Amino acid sequence: MVIKTLSRSIREYKLQSALTPLFMVGEVVLECFIPLIMAHLIDSIEAKAMTPVVRFGVILLGMAAVSLLCGTLSGRFAARAATGFARNLRRDLFYKVQDLSFGNIDKFSSAGLVTRLTTDVTNVQNAYMMLIRMAVRFPIMLVTALVMSFTIHVKMTLIFLCIAPVLAAGLALLIWKVYPMFDKVFKKYDELNDSVQENIKGMRVVKTYVREEHEKKKFERSAEEIRKTFTKAERIIALDNPLLWFCVFTAMLLISTLGAVIVVRSFGGYAGDTPVWGELSTGDIASLFTYIGQIFSSLMMLAMVLVMIIMATASARRIAEVLNEQVEITSPENAVTEVENGDVDFCGVDFKYSASAETDALSGIELHIKSGETVGIIGGTGSGKSSLVQMIPRLYDAHKGQVKVGGRDVKEYDLRALRDSVAMVLQKNLLFSGTVAENLRWGDKNATDEQIKEAASLACADEFVSAFPDKYDTYIEQGGSNVSGGQKQRLTIARALLKKPRILILDDSTSAVDTRTDALIRKAFREKIPGTTKIIIAQRIASVQEADRIVVMDNGRIDAVGTHDELIASNAIYREVYDSQNRDGGEE
Amino acid sequence: MPRKEAQQDKPHVLGRLLRYLFAHYKGKLIVVLICILVASAIHVSASVFLQIIIDDCITPALKAGLTAGDMLPGLLKIAGIMGGAFAVAVIAVFVHTQLMAIVAHRFLKQIREDMFNNMQSLPIKYFDTHKHGDIMSCYTNDVDAILQLATQCIPAIVCAAIMIIAFLCVMLYYSVWLTLIVLGSSVIMVLVTRFVGGKSSRNFIRQQKAIAKTEGYIEEMMNGQKVVKVFCHESEAARDFDKLNDELFDCADKANGFANILGPIMGNIGNLLYVVLAFAGGAMMLGNVFNVSVFGVKPLEVGMIVSFLAMSRSFSNNVMQMAQTVNSVVQASAGAGRVFALLDERPEPDKGYVTLVHATEDENGNLTESEERTGRWAWRHPHSADGSVTYTEVKGRITLDNVDFAYEPEKPVLHGVSVFAEPGQRVAFVGSTGAGKTTVTNLINRFYDIADGKIRYDGININKIRKSDLRRSLGMVLQDTNLFTGTVRENIRYGRLDATDAEVEAAARLAGAHDFISHLPSGYDTVLKSDGANLSQGQRQLLSIARAAVADTPVMIMDEATSSIDTRTEAIVQEGCNRLMQGRTVFIIAHRLSTVRSADVIMVLEHGRIIERGNHEKLIAEKGKYYQLYTGAFELD
Repeated sequence: MVIKTLSRSIREYKLQSALTPLFMVGEVVLECFIPLIMAHLIDSIEAKAMTPVVRFGVILLGMAAVSLLCGTLSGRFAARAATGFARNLRRDLFYKVQDLSFGNIDKFSSAGLVTRLTTDVTNVQNAYMMLIRMAVRFPIMLVTALVMSFTIHVKMTLIFLCIAPVLAAGLALLIWKVYPMFDKVFKKYDELNDSVQENIKGMRVVKTYVREEHEKKKFERSAEEIRKTFTKAERIIALDNPLLWFCVFTAMLLISTLGAVIVVRSFGGYAGDTPVWGELSTGDIASLFTYIGQIFSSLMMLAMVLVMIIMATASARRIAEVLNEQVEITSPENAVTEVENGDVDFCGVDFKYSASAETDALSGIELHIKSGETVGIIGGTGSGKSSLVQMIPRLYDAHKGQVKVGGRDVKEYDLRALRDSVAMVLQKNLLFSGTVAENLRWGDKNATDEQIKEAASLACADEFVSAFPDKYDTYIEQGGSNVSGGQKQRLTIARALLKKPRILILDDSTSAVDTRTDALIRKAFREKIPGTTKIIIAQRIASVQEADRIVVMDNGRIDAVGTHDELIASNAIYREVYDSQNRDGGEE
Repeated sequence: MPRKEAQQDKPHVLGRLLRYLFAHYKGKLIVVLICILVASAIHVSASVFLQIIIDDCITPALKAGLTAGDMLPGLLKIAGIMGGAFAVAVIAVFVHTQLMAIVAHRFLKQIREDMFNNMQSLPIKYFDTHKHGDIMSCYTNDVDAILQLATQCIPAIVCAAIMIIAFLCVMLYYSVWLTLIVLGSSVIMVLVTRFVGGKSSRNFIRQQKAIAKTEGYIEEMMNGQKVVKVFCHESEAARDFDKLNDELFDCADKANGFANILGPIMGNIGNLLYVVLAFAGGAMMLGNVFNVSVFGVKPLEVGMIVSFLAMSRSFSNNVMQMAQTVNSVVQASAGAGRVFALLDERPEPDKGYVTLVHATEDENGNLTESEERTGRWAWRHPHSADGSVTYTEVKGRITLDNVDFAYEPEKPVLHGVSVFAEPGQRVAFVGSTGAGKTTVTNLINRFYDIADGKIRYDGININKIRKSDLRRSLGMVLQDTNLFTGTVRENIRYGRLDATDAEVEAAARLAGAHDFISHLPSGYDTVLKSDGANLSQGQRQLLSIARAAVADTPVMIMDEATSSIDTRTEAIVQEGCNRLMQGRTVFIIAHRLSTVRSADVIMVLEHGRIIERGNHEKLIAEKGKYYQLYTGAFELD
């Protein structure tokens, strides 16, 4: 399942992915034949026959050339296949994320998506390269070397077959013991790094309370804990080396002594009458010596490669999870592509963020807004204000009831058409790295400089942007860290205005703007875009009190709807908020 | 970034790393080295054993027409020696790998601790001028690099070097001519590695940059994904991503490609060498060319050529190993250089000698030092002139006298700022973005040192007070509330480590945090993860107020939070602040003006100067800048 999903991203690199193991086979087989020819060469030298020496030498050179060719091609193709696969995987993930709805994104979280696109893809890339190169190389090498030694001498090869399982079993035992330990260590390691990060961020707090020593002790404790576990794991895994050497040496010892006996039996004093053990030459012993290293080290490498591939499966699973995610919200077929007017209707809407959520974020919402109306929304944290407005551009779908825009159910529209007509300034507003103009052009990529300036002045942003030395070409740092909170909010409003929307939604978007500017923006809305429906969520009563109607939200329900004066007179929540702001706020 | 040291010479980094290692683990490392030597020597001698068996047992036996049984005693003797040597080698390998595992992690812990400890002593300036991500990568990537360097690269180089020398000696013992051929091919190998490996590392470095760029973009887009959707900007985002992604692919492809072909090329140079040696050896033997070895001139024997050929393979393998390791050393030493740069950062200097002590009155009513917590504090002021000690009670009188300050010498931030805060007074700083309000908080606690003027605490110049004691006498509620992984109780107790549970709870009540804490799943024992991500902004602020309350300092600095929280929570936070400010000297950095009205003195800052001062009524009546700010005509930070 996971493999099937991921393998779809190989695409144009199928050829390279197939050729890599093919050439790898060639390289390995030659690598194993080369010692055989070398043995012949040695035998020829021993026989002091120069002609065969030259012949075998030339063959050897030819094989080396082919081996070089195979090796280089396989290495080259492997790099192309693995990095290309990674590129496709990253692209597929990124494109998939673009299709995901808000609900899907909430499920994975931004940080989770970043990890998948970065670390996880890199892990899969490395594992893939391992898979097409090393996972082919070592088994073939093992098998070829075994076959080769069989052709030299069957009985001697049995020595390998006896010792190899010892090594394999030993390695399996080590890995089996160590695997859970490493798992634990890496978790602890993450924790340690988190705490360092916390310290760097909170250094002012540490220094304020003079907690340097306290932090050092805390750090020492966790560093020591990691050291202990890690050392334990490493010491176990470090046993692989002596184990390998033990096997190699045992094989060497047996082969050289037994080999000597066999050689003498084959060609020695009573040669001819005791060929029971088969024939063996000195050159053959030398060849077998070469295979010892090949067989055991490829066995060990194979074990390591397998472990690494297994460790990457967690990453692969996480990636597949996103690629296989069912997109919750899509455009319907024969979608409506034109939003007629700015009417918004909520007809008996219930909503919760996930099917398993215990409580509804919204329930029984009945609200009808006419085109061109200005509606304010007031309510405490978690009262459902943001959830309510996010249903209008279909960022989330209602579970029950209907949300209508321009007289039609939002589900009938093409998503792009709907969202182009509904401009929303999110509470967590963000600017992207790039110039001011580039950021504003998100609203309309074909906007002229005049249109940009016009939108900016509507949002009261032109004044300060023009005061920057580079004006609209001023570079905004990632996350908009080089403009103040109020400036950021005004720019995000300008960006939304450039869409020339039918419906404009401000989700607490003027909280950091001073009251005078806030009033100016509202005045501009009233005068310059009278036909646009304006929905304004705010904490400050002042921001909504001139609205045609104000909606008071409480606990996912509409508590009251009315004008400022009506609500002051009749609604307890509204009055409480109003009083609290005018008692100590003094912003009025 | 001020990372000059990262560019320090590679040999320097390597040398320093070796010194660091040997300074701490001398004994163990010497044992490791000896074990490596022994194991390597025995490994090399394996082919010598084979040759001895061939030359001393097989060949004479065949010549003399002996049976296997006749040869056996001699053979077993050699096999016995061989077995013994091999056993020693396995033990040596075991010892050095075990020791290395132990040393590696001690070393890792040590270097982490050294980094962390030094980091704790650095001035705030360091953290303000270095990207947090860059400091962090010292603890993650760079430490990994240094570990790899210390535990893999260095032993591998040492090992390969020893093997190379050992093989070289044995080869010279056999034949000088053939050895010269081997050396010639080694030169080619080194050159090839430098060429191909160099191309590979250059691309790896390019790849590193491309990764950083792509990851930065990914992070920005994933965090702004909702904005992307609201603006239907998906296809544009994807297009920009494709560009970065293709660039990354290009570097990765080249880097890995070159790295992958290095092995086959080197291996086949080894094969080529083998053939050349066989030809040369065969020709010498057949041509009866006199072989020159270190022990003089003697004819070349078959067994010698056989051994020599086997050795040439091992030799070229080791040269290959060495070349590749040196390549990765280049990559790793950049990381090691950054770790050393962090270790070399100078700690924050402190020449203060006035200390904070518990105070009590002796029988004569004079202030004196007490061993136990009395709730009263005094400054202990030793005078070097006559060796006497005077005590001044900590009251919380802070004066700033004509203070100038600049973060960078050419850009002054504060000019001639004078403030007189009597014990118990509230002083508020007001001003638009960039006026220098927050800077004031950095000066009183000496996060930064002033350029000119004086700051006095209870009449003592704060330069004379030991930094840790000065800070212990100042509470801070900062704009960004930073919490630590741990329980709610631990986070509040951060203010004063010896506070009892009752005191922690009392502080939480004072801050108005007790209500929400009691509603958390495990109350005060609820574990906060990653900077309190599971709490709302308002709740985090309440915890930071509680933390300051438990510290119970005579002077408080409150930097108001700018982020918007809903009106009800804000009212709770406000009440908490008010209770906390009771009876203390308080400096308020006002961002929202709601706390300002009750202040005793309001300082209006503009471009680093105090332009208006007085209480609320007075300033409103003046109809100056404060009036404009207050009526909302100007934006606060």
